[in-house]
Amino acid sequence: MVGIVLVSHSEKIAMGAQELIEQMTKGSVPLEVAGGTSDARLGTDVNLIMEKIEKVYSPSGVLVIVDLGSAVMSAQMAIESMEEEKRKNVIIADAPFLEGAISAVMESSFGKGLEEVKSAAEAAKNLNKL
Amino acid sequence: MTIDNKVLLKIIENIAVKVKENKEYLTELDSAIGDGDHGINMDRGFQAVQEKLPALADKDCGTILKTVGITLVSTVGGASGPLYGTAFMRAGGVSANKYELNREDFLEILEAALEGIKMRGKAERGDKTIVDALEPAVLAFRENLQSPNPLLKALEAAREGVDYTKSISAKKGRASYLGDRSIGHQDPGATSCCLMLEALAETLEPQEA
Repeated sequence: MVGIVLVSHSEKIAMGAQELIEQMTKGSVPLEVAGGTSDARLGTDVNLIMEKIEKVYSPSGVLVIVDLGSAVMSAQMAIESMEEEKRKNVIIADAPFLEGAISAVMESSFGKGLEEVKSAAEAAKNLNKL
Repeated sequence: MTIDNKVLLKIIENIAVKVKENKEYLTELDSAIGDGDHGINMDRGFQAVQEKLPALADKDCGTILKTVGITLVSTVGGASGPLYGTAFMRAGGVSANKYELNREDFLEILEAALEGIKMRGKAERGDKTIVDALEPAVLAFRENLQSPNPLLKALEAAREGVDYTKSISAKKGRASYLGDRSIGHQDPGATSCCLMLEALAETLEPQEA
């Protein structure tokens, strides 16, 4: 099953998203969050992101969903510092944070592959609410 | 202009001091158009760097610069962590095993840092970022490489670049959400970059910078 890592500047946002998602999946999808910095400020932390990716890693791959600015760059650096063998199985989705995360986790729970999970997350950009 | 590993450590020490002195100023600039943490983040990163300097006393320039980069990446927290972190790591890559840097080496370091920042942030000149100070500085350094003082020319160009950021709207980072309302404000990233070049020039040319 594809693992999902949510990267947010805010630990509260990340944990809130996780809470909302796990209400639906009941923990059936490997999901970890990396919110805030290691000293509890708003921001992102490359080492923390790497640790969380490793935690949900399997050869099925990991999709990383990011919120703003430095979350993208920190996630890229976290992936770059992984072993080459694993690196190719970890990708970042260009997706809205919450809607993308829900779509990705659902798709992963259906047993879909990394590319499909990524596409599902990115398709959330075009979800109509009204 | 020759920089050995001892002078390089002094430069980094002076950058840390300069960042600390300007912590409030950078935060003030960032509060106007961003998330208001640039001064705090940069100071935190360079404090951590400062703590690592004693252990680097006998290391080559590449190791020193790489260590600075890795430390910034893991301690800053904001976008400036991956950006300046990548810059220093790339600079370390082109100066590996060197204990002395001449002008040509230093140009190579500046170019590698600039390329690293542009790659990581996907920014170009005119986006209201670090690149608006650093790119003109690197170009001025290259153009004046054989003149008596390329570094002062670079600093001059960086200062003009910082000024220029007041006239444009932000295309990157949190400030881009403000669109044209970011015009009139000076970019905090370009400013911190200029301050670092200032610390560099003051270390090497204390009379003139």
